[in-house]
Amino acid sequence: MNAQAPAITPLALDVKDLHKSFGNVEVLKGISLGAREGEVVSILGSSGSGKSTLLRCINLLEVPDSGDVTVGDETIRMQRTRDGKSRPADQAQVERIRSRLGMVFQSFNLWSHKTILENVIEAPIHVQKRPRKECVEEAEALLAKVGIAEKRDQYPSHLSGGQQQRAAIARALAMRPKVMLFDEPTSALDPELVGEVLRVMRGLAEEGRTMLVVTHEMGFARDVSSRVVFLHKGLVEEDGRPEHVFVNSKSERFKQFIKG
Amino acid sequence: MDWTFTLETFISLVAAIPLTLQLAATSILLGAFLALGLALLRLSGVRVLDWFARFYVFVFRGTPLLVQIFLIYYGLSQFPAVRHTILWPILREPYWCAVIALTLNTAAYASEIIRGGLLSVPHGQIEAARACGMPRFMVFRRIVLPLALRQALPGYGNEMISMVKATSLASIITLMEVTGVAAKIISETYRAIEVFIVAGVIYLTINFLLTRLVHVVEYMLSPHLRAPRLQTPVQGESK
Amino acid sequence: MNQPGFLDVISFGPGGWGAALLAGAWMTILIAISGFLIGSIIGTFGAWAKISGGRTIRGIADGYTTVLRGIPDLLVIYLFYFGGSAAVTAIGRFFGSEGFIGFPGFLAGALAVGITSGAQQTEVFRGAFKAVHRGEIEAAIACGMSRALRFRRIIAPLTLRHALPGMGNVWQVVLKESALVSITGVAELLRQAQVGAGSTGMPFNFYVVAGAIYLMISTISGALLQWSERYFSRGVRRN
Repeated sequence: MNAQAPAITPLALDVKDLHKSFGNVEVLKGISLGAREGEVVSILGSSGSGKSTLLRCINLLEVPDSGDVTVGDETIRMQRTRDGKSRPADQAQVERIRSRLGMVFQSFNLWSHKTILENVIEAPIHVQKRPRKECVEEAEALLAKVGIAEKRDQYPSHLSGGQQQRAAIARALAMRPKVMLFDEPTSALDPELVGEVLRVMRGLAEEGRTMLVVTHEMGFARDVSSRVVFLHKGLVEEDGRPEHVFVNSKSERFKQFIKG
Repeated sequence: MDWTFTLETFISLVAAIPLTLQLAATSILLGAFLALGLALLRLSGVRVLDWFARFYVFVFRGTPLLVQIFLIYYGLSQFPAVRHTILWPILREPYWCAVIALTLNTAAYASEIIRGGLLSVPHGQIEAARACGMPRFMVFRRIVLPLALRQALPGYGNEMISMVKATSLASIITLMEVTGVAAKIISETYRAIEVFIVAGVIYLTINFLLTRLVHVVEYMLSPHLRAPRLQTPVQGESK
Repeated sequence: MNQPGFLDVISFGPGGWGAALLAGAWMTILIAISGFLIGSIIGTFGAWAKISGGRTIRGIADGYTTVLRGIPDLLVIYLFYFGGSAAVTAIGRFFGSEGFIGFPGFLAGALAVGITSGAQQTEVFRGAFKAVHRGEIEAAIACGMSRALRFRRIIAPLTLRHALPGMGNVWQVVLKESALVSITGVAELLRQAQVGAGSTGMPFNFYVVAGAIYLMISTISGALLQWSERYFSRGVRRN
């Protein structure tokens, strides 16, 4: 059952010709990738293919060496420093754009000194400056939606990995993001906890959220996403609808990859 | 800066270095034996001995060293009985009082460091030694102690530096070690900054050399920990 | 001569030294708290300099901690007490005053204790910052938090939590170090005990009582620190 995304919706996220090197190793060699509103894009690739780096470049956790990132109708302005490095021209713009992208990390990264509810309302209150009462109400609804309403006053360390990741998803949703970014959200979980997180993500996809998901979960990529992108050595090797790509891919590497 | 004055100060202070070193070395050495004893009491499993050692450490770590020095130097002489024992020739001397106070003080800190070292010895290695038929004392002497000392050495190095610094308190009971001489020059000339710099350089040099020495000993004691050279790992995708 | 008994010494009645010792204890606490606060402020800047300063700033911070770790605290107190007096006298002379002006001992003591404990606090805060899980900071960045907001809402509370045990140790050191300030004549606990010992001829009793009061202060403050540690570590799984 695929979330059928009509091809005519506007682009929510557009990445053009992204390059990134660490030292002498070029991890991204010119990646272009768009996500239309409501699309769920699964990004696959073996380790070292650059898929995590791509995600981290989109919200500038890593600063790309060149290329453009556009969220909605706003392109992140970059400038060159004197030693030839690239850096964002306007930090305030970066922070504004980051608050429109909801990031879910592999290792959850919940703030350990705050309760689950405090984690969820932190950015809406302090970054987006929304009224506290509204944020709390919305946070409670989000926690109920991911199925951990009763954990609101617990600290992250008291939750299982699956519950922590669902809380992290609620935290990301609380900023009302235009696009959700998932960086291998189930890779750090015990196998029996993967299902509960994937169920939440499937629910979000069905709601029509725009999602970019770096994952190893083939089932999710095949059944839930509206598009699959396969990265290999820093380049897009395959990009298309899952029912097409999984059946008719011409890429030997992709066939090798999905065989396991 | 007045170079003649600085040089004169330097010469006076250098002459006081032997006393500083003597105080430090004597109390560190004597303190080490006492510390080992205290650590063994803590681990003896006999409740009375354990509590005695605990109380000792609690008192000596919980009170200022200067109070301990005053208690021994001034306090004991309050009792006529003390003045008539054979110990009086020792307790009358500020030098020995300083050594005793420094020894008792460092033993409290060092015993905790040694205890940590002893506890860090993996149980399996002790069992292996027992399985070889080693008697208890031999296990302790040949296996446990060397491993524990190696483990405790970095912490003990810090404690030794603390002791070198602590010898300065002996100046308050009239001993003319480096700080004593420095204080005398300062109070005569009121040129605190120059004297401070010269004395500071002397202490820093002593402590620097001491640190190097501890590093050398550490290196000699740990051939098994010296890592064989590794290839630089290939840089991968950052997670 | 009718020697007063041990209990008379510490009584609050006429001829008793209880009130004086208590006032001394209060002064000791004031010096220690002032020194600790000064040290915490210095430590915050020192840690910041070591973590995100440029090469020069980092070099200065490294130099500061190395020097202060290598020289006796007593020397630093001499520097501030006599150096401060010399500076104040020079300024006084400039404005036409005659003769020597003393630098307030409390200020000299608090500054000296602050500077020495600042070096320790620098290392405590730096270590605590390094212990903060990188991912939690990244999550804050990803939420679009500005640098200042990130520091205030996420980094500072997490760092403080990791720093509390180390800060507790520094506090205990500062408390004991405050006894050295007695050489400047400030009427803190040890100074009061000295005065009492001198005028009654019972040094032993006075220094034992002073030691006991130090133990009491350190035990009570230690318990408070432990309680606050537990309070601020809510949500941390003990390992």
